[in-house]
Amino acid sequence: MPVDRLATGCQPLGFWDGMGLWEQWGINFFPRLGDTMCRAMGGATPGGIPDWLIFAILGLAGAFAVVNVAMLGVPYVILLERKLLGRFQHRVGPNRVGFFGLLQPMADGIKLMTKEDITPRVADKLVFSLAPLVFVVPVLLMFAPLPWAPHAVLADLDVGILYIVAVTSAAEIGVFMGGWSSNNKFSLFGAMRVVALVVSYEIPLVLAIVGVVMLTGSLNLAAIVEGQRFVPNLLWQPLGFIVFMIAVSAELNRAPFDLLEADSELVSGFHTEYSGMKWGVIQIGEYAAIIGFSGIIATLFLSGWKGPAPMPGYLWFVLKMGMIISGFIWVRATIPRLRVDQIMNLGWKFLLPLALINIFVTAGEILAYPDGLPVWLIPVNFAFAAIVVAVAARLLGIQGQPRQVVPAPPVFETMASS
Amino acid sequence: MSDFGLLGIFVILAVLVPASMLLIPYMLTVAGVKPHRPNSVKNDTYECGMRTVGGSWVRYNFRYYFYALSFLIFSIETVFLYPWAVRFKDLRWFGFWAMLVFVGIITIGLVYEWRKNALEWK
Repeated sequence: MPVDRLATGCQPLGFWDGMGLWEQWGINFFPRLGDTMCRAMGGATPGGIPDWLIFAILGLAGAFAVVNVAMLGVPYVILLERKLLGRFQHRVGPNRVGFFGLLQPMADGIKLMTKEDITPRVADKLVFSLAPLVFVVPVLLMFAPLPWAPHAVLADLDVGILYIVAVTSAAEIGVFMGGWSSNNKFSLFGAMRVVALVVSYEIPLVLAIVGVVMLTGSLNLAAIVEGQRFVPNLLWQPLGFIVFMIAVSAELNRAPFDLLEADSELVSGFHTEYSGMKWGVIQIGEYAAIIGFSGIIATLFLSGWKGPAPMPGYLWFVLKMGMIISGFIWVRATIPRLRVDQIMNLGWKFLLPLALINIFVTAGEILAYPDGLPVWLIPVNFAFAAIVVAVAARLLGIQGQPRQVVPAPPVFETMASS
Repeated sequence: MSDFGLLGIFVILAVLVPASMLLIPYMLTVAGVKPHRPNSVKNDTYECGMRTVGGSWVRYNFRYYFYALSFLIFSIETVFLYPWAVRFKDLRWFGFWAMLVFVGIITIGLVYEWRKNALEWK
């Protein structure tokens, strides 16, 4: 601990605050590592070891930990999804491999690792092999500024949320690379649809964040959590929360927006031709994005590591992430897939105006009460959100085109009458 | 600045870890654990069991062009909105009305686009 390090004469490291993850977990790995290195090199001063070396080693260890949290969380989110979907459909779900199916992810991983990797003859081989990597890297980058507990953040960026918005939209390059290079019609259609979908829902997603940023006055994710002093932002931003949740499930290509892999129409969208570990890496990318976005929702709207009961911060954070992930799975089990034109209408004609209204209503509220928003605004906000959603749904005509009744060909009529 | 240094280290690892996951199966193939027996049917393009007709690198309907244009406009609007949102408690009502006018102008464009049916997925 810091006292210990001062006693040995080894000076605290300048980036100590960024490494607090381990202090929270009580592992104290980093101080011991720093101290051990300091003592080994003769003690009293940091001299001997160049600063950049200490920085690089500690940074590598921290970054490795965060990458692994993301990658190892994925199999268990998949298991949770299979278990929950099973329960929703009155089944048991995977329960054969290990106790309660807990070793199922291991079995799946081994299977994927040893499965034959098929590359179509006509594919663009280089792009085909690179696409999973291009898809998964931006998703992993999203985890760097996530605050897991007070001071427990790898890179405490001042532009945190802007960075996340910028990085996550890069994953679509990987999707389109995969879809185009497969030289398969299903892949190409899937990739085209995804690009259109993500481009459309990026705008409401980004605009919904603006309301939260205005409440806090900072783009730093830790500052946003600290800014939610007594109640989570959800209570001040119900409309923003609705828009953000819908836009995120579209970003993630989750049901009801899973045009990416509309199984009944497109086989499995852009990764139709993928098999083996390339397919596995794409799956890791998709599910890591779910984990990451759940963390962002928990941070922005549900006050991150804070909670009403005295529990360690990271436990609250993981609990909230788990709730949001389960919510996504619940939605997937409940709501049928939308058509492409319905999705486009929802994004541009419904969510975008709602997000703009939300920004200016929030701005007006904050300016009208500069010393802090009064509590009675919470029910007013919820009522306002409900009214706006109802009115917008009625006025903006997102019901879509009236259904055209196509007369059945005569052969079917005779079949039906006989 | 140290945060960006950590981010740089993180970027390197975020590339290396998935890349190693893609390399392990390759090594397993070399070691003979993983099968690698390509044949002409297996390596054909999948098309619901039918014989593949033609390639896919053809001209296709560029339907999301209008969406991409609108996306560009609104993402530029966002670039202006974020700094405003951070500092807007200092700008007070002047900032509010200025941004309302700015967003209003773009919204007029959106309404025009809407009236012209550019937002329909055809």
